[in-house]
Amino acid sequence: MKVSSFKHGSHPAEFKEYTEHKTLEPLPIPEEVFIPVIQHIGAPCKPVVKVGDEVKTGQLIAESTGFVSSNIHSSITGKVKKIGDFPHPNGTKSPMIQIVAEGDEEWVKVHDHTEPWGEMSVEQLKKIIADAGIVGMGGAAFPTNVKVSPPRDKKIETFIINGCECEPYLTADHRMMVEQAKEMIEGTQILMKILDVEKAFIGIESNKPDAIEIMQKSTEHLPGITIIPLKVKYPQGAEKMLIKAVNKREVPAGSLPMDVGCVVNNVGTAIAVYEAVVKKIPSINRIVTVTGDAVTEPKNVIARIGTPFSKLIEFCGGLKPDTKKILMGGPMMGVAQYSLDVPVVKATSGILCLTKKSVPYREEFTCIVCGRCVHACPMFLVPTRIARAVEAGKFEMADELGIMNCIECGSCAYECPSNIPLVQRIRIGKNKIREMKNKKS
Amino acid sequence: MSEQNNPTENSLGRLVLSSSPHQNSNDDVKKIMRGVVLALLPAVVFSVYYFGLRSMLVIMTAIAACLVTEFLLKKLRNKKINEGSAVVTGLLLAMTLPPSIHLGYVVLGSVFAIGIGKEIFGGLGNNIFNPALLGRAFLQASFPVKMTTWTPTKLMVLDAKTFATPLGGFKFGENIIHNFSDYWNGLIMGNIGGCIGETSAAAIALGGFYLIVKRWSDWRIPVSYLLSVFVLGGIFWLINPAQYPDPVFHLFSGGLMLGAFFMATDMVTSPETKLGSWIFGIGCGFFLVLIRLFGGLPEGVMYSILLMNAITPLINRFTQPTVFGEVVK
Repeated sequence: MKVSSFKHGSHPAEFKEYTEHKTLEPLPIPEEVFIPVIQHIGAPCKPVVKVGDEVKTGQLIAESTGFVSSNIHSSITGKVKKIGDFPHPNGTKSPMIQIVAEGDEEWVKVHDHTEPWGEMSVEQLKKIIADAGIVGMGGAAFPTNVKVSPPRDKKIETFIINGCECEPYLTADHRMMVEQAKEMIEGTQILMKILDVEKAFIGIESNKPDAIEIMQKSTEHLPGITIIPLKVKYPQGAEKMLIKAVNKREVPAGSLPMDVGCVVNNVGTAIAVYEAVVKKIPSINRIVTVTGDAVTEPKNVIARIGTPFSKLIEFCGGLKPDTKKILMGGPMMGVAQYSLDVPVVKATSGILCLTKKSVPYREEFTCIVCGRCVHACPMFLVPTRIARAVEAGKFEMADELGIMNCIECGSCAYECPSNIPLVQRIRIGKNKIREMKNKKS
Repeated sequence: MSEQNNPTENSLGRLVLSSSPHQNSNDDVKKIMRGVVLALLPAVVFSVYYFGLRSMLVIMTAIAACLVTEFLLKKLRNKKINEGSAVVTGLLLAMTLPPSIHLGYVVLGSVFAIGIGKEIFGGLGNNIFNPALLGRAFLQASFPVKMTTWTPTKLMVLDAKTFATPLGGFKFGENIIHNFSDYWNGLIMGNIGGCIGETSAAAIALGGFYLIVKRWSDWRIPVSYLLSVFVLGGIFWLINPAQYPDPVFHLFSGGLMLGAFFMATDMVTSPETKLGSWIFGIGCGFFLVLIRLFGGLPEGVMYSILLMNAITPLINRFTQPTVFGEVVK
């Protein structure tokens, strides 16, 4: 099989075997949910319900307040108990709407068009996506309606569906491609119509042969959609790396994919678009891989947004006694959690639970200039020198070395034999430089 | 304590909170140092076989002296020894010494290697020159006669107490390598006079391959070093075979193998980019042939590597990769 890729990168152990062949299982509707009013990149939403209000599943409970923002809907039928600050998986306490389930489930539709989507206008479709609160399901949670509305002078030529799932452990996208191929293809076709492109590419890492086969079979009759098997290499699923692998274009530093005529959407996003347009369901579900050696029975779970992590872990048989670390997302870019009370948000691709054995203490040594971080960095930076500049407080030097181009994929720190927390240092530097620039302007 | 793995109390007991990534290649500096020692074992075994336990004594003295020096200097700065790189420095330094050398010189060289070669810059990772080579350079400059008094191996049947190395023989007029069996027994298997670790090219290469397979050394450096010596040496040989040695002799004689596989590949003092590694290796080869053929010394491995060490920061700077998505300036 001919496979494309990008240069540099790393090869972390995959650990996909926990869940890659586990069928998607819906989680029973939880008794209560905590729905954050910010789950996306952009402005927080404004709640449109009050404490005591009765809400139905799919009902708008917080509306977007800016161009880059995204609606929030109730994921269950019940009563608003409290609007206040609760722990958010990003590590902060953040405003959320707490809803307690009551009575039988009743649904609110996201639109009431009766005609098939082929007959709707692009504007109507875009409005449905915006109304449904769809954001990028790959992890960054960028509002999809914004992504598919490039300025008029940017002509989109290449539309890519991201089915790489290069993070170790995670298998949510993999299972979606295997089990929801039809829905995903239709979602892709809707997005193609919105973007006015003839061709779409679905990039899949070649460690998912079953997904590639099913995708190829389901697109046989569709000449516009091409399946691109990709080399198994981290971070193949990073937007810029994926574009490079698919059509050899490099997104200029500081620019967006649309500047090279590309739009990339995740597999889950395409399915969310299908559900909103065809099934009239807003973005209230999310497929979460609950995995790791600390989970009794790892599974791929279909969960309602706002369900506490503890419910998903309970559903998977609970945790083993020597659990040491819980992450939202995969091991390369995931966020460590201090509590299981945090809810599933639109960007929760996985809950990774690791035992003591998988989280050994790693002693930090001084840099021995081995150059492995340089060879691993997909953005062609020199991570060790940037980290050193940050440590010394030389932020301007770090900026000159290209620190702002870092995508925080973690390849450098993964490779580092001195166990230097390179990404952490780079994040500190990026924040500092942003602060400095804000002050200046 | 590093910033990572900071335990936090919570309902589950203690969950670890740290910044991503949470997975690691499980390779660390200590492992690499152990690997280098392991890779040098074949050469150590050969040296004991040829020179007797005396060479073991030199090795042990050097390692002990390096460890003690590092311990004392770290203590002075309130730091603790952690990576075990002093063992590697001591072992490598011993490999470059004649087996009959007085142990006092071994201690002196070790102190210099660790003190001036490494700790004065702030310890492992910050040094400019390969510490072991710097230690040897110090001894060579201070006690040139002691450093070039070679003993024949135990397997050689000779009357003389001292003996010329093949390279010295070539340089100073008594060529001792004549035919294939001289090559095989002498250069490749190591039955020749020379330093403790530079006799058997085969034993050194074996360890070198192990390091490369384990990704603990960059293959580009030995390959480009050896290749450039072979090509450059070959050109001179073709010009005048009577005056210059043939390229195969170049490859297997002296400390080239030890230098190429263990000294030039020292991560700290070699470039961090792939292109840089090629430039570094070719530069080493160029200086080596220059020194061997036209310099005042019979051997040039040490100086060729030290010279390239000195310009490594420059190489790093000029070979810094262009950021993804930026136009090549």
